[in-house]
Amino acid sequence: MISHGLTRLSLRVRGKLTCILTTMTSIGTGYDLSASTYSPDGRIFQVEYANKAVENSGTAIGLRVKDGVVLAVEKLIHSKLLVPGANRRIQTVDRHIGMASAGLLADSRKISQLARDSGAQTRKQWKEPLTVKALSDTVSWNAQTYTLYSSVRPFGVSTIFGGVDKSGPSLYIVEPSGVCLGYHGAAVGKGRQLAKTELEKLKLSELSMREAVMEAARIIYLVHDDNKEKEFELEMTWVGVESNDLHLPVPADLLEEAKKKAKDALETFE
Amino acid sequence: MDHFPTNWGRPRNDAFDAYATYPIHQRPYNGPKDTFADGVQRTQQPIVTGTSVLAIKYKDGVMMAADNLASYGSLARFKDVQRLHQVGNYTVIGAGGDMSDFQYIQYILEELSIDEISAQDGHELGPIEIHEYMSQLMYARRSKMNPLWNSLLIGGFKDGKRFLSYVDLLGTTYSASTLATGYGAFIAQPLLRKAVEGREDVITEEEARKILEDSMRVLFYRDARSMNKFQIATISSAGVSISDSMQLETAWSFAENIRGYGAQTQ
Repeated sequence: MISHGLTRLSLRVRGKLTCILTTMTSIGTGYDLSASTYSPDGRIFQVEYANKAVENSGTAIGLRVKDGVVLAVEKLIHSKLLVPGANRRIQTVDRHIGMASAGLLADSRKISQLARDSGAQTRKQWKEPLTVKALSDTVSWNAQTYTLYSSVRPFGVSTIFGGVDKSGPSLYIVEPSGVCLGYHGAAVGKGRQLAKTELEKLKLSELSMREAVMEAARIIYLVHDDNKEKEFELEMTWVGVESNDLHLPVPADLLEEAKKKAKDALETFE
Repeated sequence: MDHFPTNWGRPRNDAFDAYATYPIHQRPYNGPKDTFADGVQRTQQPIVTGTSVLAIKYKDGVMMAADNLASYGSLARFKDVQRLHQVGNYTVIGAGGDMSDFQYIQYILEELSIDEISAQDGHELGPIEIHEYMSQLMYARRSKMNPLWNSLLIGGFKDGKRFLSYVDLLGTTYSASTLATGYGAFIAQPLLRKAVEGREDVITEEEARKILEDSMRVLFYRDARSMNKFQIATISSAGVSISDSMQLETAWSFAENIRGYGAQTQ
């Protein structure tokens, strides 16, 4: 009896060890072949791989402040042959809503198309502009659908939706799993940990949009890893009182000022 | 079993030509029918209508005027309708004719504008593009025998150039330095031409406003579907501005001297 009990115990220990190993690789177990299959410990590996695709991408952040929303992206430039400003990662969904994404750019194009259709649909049916909450709900519902079938893969993007609607400034993230949550400060992509730490230090609900632009630029410059990464472009847009509630690029002069301040702040940091 | 005695002894279907006695092209069709085929009706007349729109070119751009009335036949039904509509940052579109069709046009143009904004390609729609789009839309609809029952004036100012052009329910287009739709095309157009033609680069904003106000006054006196409450849109390098509704001074003392119809016996 005793020896039997011991055998079972050791098996369980081995089982646990295997589990830890699969956390790191999980390759060859067969549970990662399809988004429609759980692993025995209740995970869906395809969704986690999709998150890896997000983590490989340059950081995107969003700040929901007193009178608007600011979106900023660290767009890594993988070739010097690219035209400056090409492959935008912040897109306009509707007059009053923008989205910044981290992950597979092609997937984010599909999401923006979906989002725009949703805006058009709402206007047609209700004769009023879409709210950011309703939009993120629609998109997340769709993203979730892509975690259910073996014939499809989940979206390889985390998307930050920011805008101003009848309930004021709003900011949401939709993840590959289909999770959708509202935030005061949002960060996705490679440098999200450090960015979140920086965002937490700010009093976001008291910041003006202009201050938020400065902070956003500073954070993007801070999280960019000079040693590891190549060049990057700072993309930044805003929606709120400063832009007459339209989703527009931050004016060039303000962007330059923010960049300069960000570089200065970088030298004094740590 | 046919339970109607009146049908007994008769062919089951008079339309069915069992012995092919009809020439082929007259042979009765006995297949499935669209019950509602005769029920489909296209717009044959406008219902709730706006009357004239006036527009002129002047020194700094284009100025347009239209009153706030939407009539239901001869009834002055809605008195707070805005018939001048801004599209994008450079264009105003003024509509006469069916107001529900105009509202539909506004919706279409709103969708178009948002599509253009979200393209983020550095291009913006100007009056030329919007006029071309509307002319294609109006002509396509008339070709489907289902026109949008409007006459539209499209005016704008972009890249230092003013633009003023017309398009109607048939898809007909033309441009001139003065344009008028509806009753105004008969009553106001000659007045506008006299005041504006040849002087497009001289007329100041105040002068242009006066020209339009004078024509609107004449129209109010003459056009039984008009109203003394109207708006003026100015489109210049400063952008688009559509005024609040305003009224004109009119005098009706001459009315009692009119003879020939009405209650008087003399």
